[in-house]
Amino acid sequence: MKTFKLGGIHPEENKISAQQPIEIVPIPQTVYIPVSQHLGAPAKPIVEKGDLVKTGQLIAKGDGFISANVHSSVSGKVVKVDEVVDYSGYRRQSIIIESDGDEWVETIDRTPDLKRECALEPKAIVDKINEMGIVGMGGATFPSHVKLSVPQGKKAEYLIINGVECEPYLTSDYRLMLERGREIMVGITILMKGLKVDKAMVGIENNKPDAVRLMKDLSSEFKGITVHALRVKYPQGAEKQLIKALVNREVPSGKLPIEVGCVVQNVGTAFAVYEAVQKNKPLFERIVTVSGKTVKKPSNLLARVGTSINDLIVVAGGLPEDTGKVISGGPMMGRALSNTGAPITKGTSGILVMSEKESKRKKTMNCIRCGRCLNVCAMGLEPFLLANLSENQSWEEAEAEHILDCMECGSCQYTCPSGRPLLDYIRVGKNKVAQIIRTRKN
Amino acid sequence: MTVSGSPHIYGDQTVKKIMWGVVIATLPAMLVSVWYFGIGAITTTAVAVLTCVIAEYLMRRYLLNEEHPDVSDGSAIITGMLLSFNVPSSLPWWQTMLGSIFAIGVAKISFGGLGRNLFNPALVGRVFLLISFPVNMTTWPVPLSNRWVLVDALTGPTPLGQLKEGLANGETIAALKVHLPSYQDMFMGQIGGSLGEVSAIAILIGGLYMLYRGIISWHIPVAYLTTVAVFSGILYLINPAHYIDPLFHLLAGGLMLGAFFMATDMVTSPMSHKGMLVFGLGCGLLTVMIRNWGAYPEGVSFAILIMNAFVPLINKGFKPKRFGEVTNG
Repeated sequence: MKTFKLGGIHPEENKISAQQPIEIVPIPQTVYIPVSQHLGAPAKPIVEKGDLVKTGQLIAKGDGFISANVHSSVSGKVVKVDEVVDYSGYRRQSIIIESDGDEWVETIDRTPDLKRECALEPKAIVDKINEMGIVGMGGATFPSHVKLSVPQGKKAEYLIINGVECEPYLTSDYRLMLERGREIMVGITILMKGLKVDKAMVGIENNKPDAVRLMKDLSSEFKGITVHALRVKYPQGAEKQLIKALVNREVPSGKLPIEVGCVVQNVGTAFAVYEAVQKNKPLFERIVTVSGKTVKKPSNLLARVGTSINDLIVVAGGLPEDTGKVISGGPMMGRALSNTGAPITKGTSGILVMSEKESKRKKTMNCIRCGRCLNVCAMGLEPFLLANLSENQSWEEAEAEHILDCMECGSCQYTCPSGRPLLDYIRVGKNKVAQIIRTRKN
Repeated sequence: MTVSGSPHIYGDQTVKKIMWGVVIATLPAMLVSVWYFGIGAITTTAVAVLTCVIAEYLMRRYLLNEEHPDVSDGSAIITGMLLSFNVPSSLPWWQTMLGSIFAIGVAKISFGGLGRNLFNPALVGRVFLLISFPVNMTTWPVPLSNRWVLVDALTGPTPLGQLKEGLANGETIAALKVHLPSYQDMFMGQIGGSLGEVSAIAILIGGLYMLYRGIISWHIPVAYLTTVAVFSGILYLINPAHYIDPLFHLLAGGLMLGAFFMATDMVTSPMSHKGMLVFGLGCGLLTVMIRNWGAYPEGVSFAILIMNAFVPLINKGFKPKRFGEVTNG
């Protein structure tokens, strides 16, 4: 069975919400919609206090090429355009809308019928995806239209569809594949057309055998799409590792997947693309897994962007007594929240609740130079060394040791028997080195 | 609520588990040693372990000024066990004690404690004893004799000692073979030697246990043993009258103990798998060279200590393969 070669770990999967069908979260009274839910420049608000908006109406326009449109997720009245603390803990400009119901923009096709054929030209597809504010749904939230615009001189050969979901606990992609597999397939054909490729490969880890089987069956109805079961290994959902696993090509250090003729999109993105292009529906809702060992009712929820995380936790049975940590995302790469009132965004794949006991870090001891960190690093780096160099502020050496190749998957820190905060140091080093490189360019 | 950077979950390996795993892995060899050498094996090991643990506690408390030194990580116990494995079971207790204090104090604490030392503490202790008390350190009790009395055990040579002396007296291998112990005895451990090194099978069992538990990787033992086998095999093929066969080298002396327990000490061995192979290769070459052409009959301790000194260099020179380094055709 296929997988990537270098490094990797196998944390406990804990997919406890896997059997829960997607459930719709009630529309909240107030939504807080950040204008920056994507990588790149924040969108510019085009509504003001007092404006009436409909569900799906454009409320902030993408600013420049690497940016994304933002749409209202409810119908109602804009009460404020103000700074709100988002999931990262930073204050970000947000549009606050009080909802008065759920009246959708008329152009959105709300029928459940599957629409298979897409007559649009490649250029029109990319424009549509841009217009509908589609971003990478796996968590990185890179604007999708940018990925589909292949730079001059490069050629896309494969569309790689990421159905790996290698983070423990998360099951939103899994549920989506089971419940909306056909729509995902149509989304993939549209992405292929937009990208002008005739081959698409879907990678799914074999801890989801029913999803693999279903997607394989469905793929026979569509030309050029193949589905591949992958051996379970974290971080297989990382772009570079997935490409290595599926087509055995290595994206060079510091380069993008297009360098080896690949473009990677998440299954959630493929579904959003289907809705955007075939149904004219902008990206204003998504599936969020709410899970954790102490959570009463682990769930997969379809929630409107801007709904507060608290609201989602309530649907999943409320915040347990001894909660020590709430994480946006999975346990390996997710971000611990300081404020559960923060809204969910286009990139929120899961909310993970951890008990007081689970939240504690391991006791830190001296490095015993066991080398485990370097054997699990999927990028072939030396985490202990990078952490040391950062600790000693040897930025140039850290750069020479490829600190920027680190994708912060956390495998090193997970594995360290001495409980050393390797990634904490590496993160500091990465920021500093990136900053130094920027000043060098200026 | 706690806010901390990712990752938020941890694997189940801890320093404590790793160290205690090594302690468990030493038990087969320990049992065999008690069977062959009796009470001496027990007292020597007990003295070494106790001294190492107490020395580690006191030195960390009063020299490194740690408020609550936690010696339960098991690393001092390993040093004690392995030091006792590397000395004759008849060694006077106070010499064992001195060696233990030297191992912990000079080889470990003076570098800053756990994880910071450059050389394997147990081997440093052994070499210190060998230089300080050469007679006691090369007097080997005969297995199965006088096991349960404390005085005047029968003593005899080690196979490697016999070999070295015989060759120095101009004898040929064929003539020496008559007096050397059988391979079966060497495999089971019924030979003269250090307390824990005699039984190849017991050490193999411990080594396989460590491999199974993921405490060590195969790279160092395999590289080490293969190099010894190949190198001594080449010499044997060139001149079988003067160089003994590779199987003898594999089973004799401290090679098995060294390859599985001493050279694999993670603190003093390289980090990357490539580096580990190079390290094992170096250990193997040096061991065969010292055994055949050096002043001492056995070279495992020196070989590993010399290679320990090269570890920082090996770590610099043999980095893991970076992802994306190869350009695609």
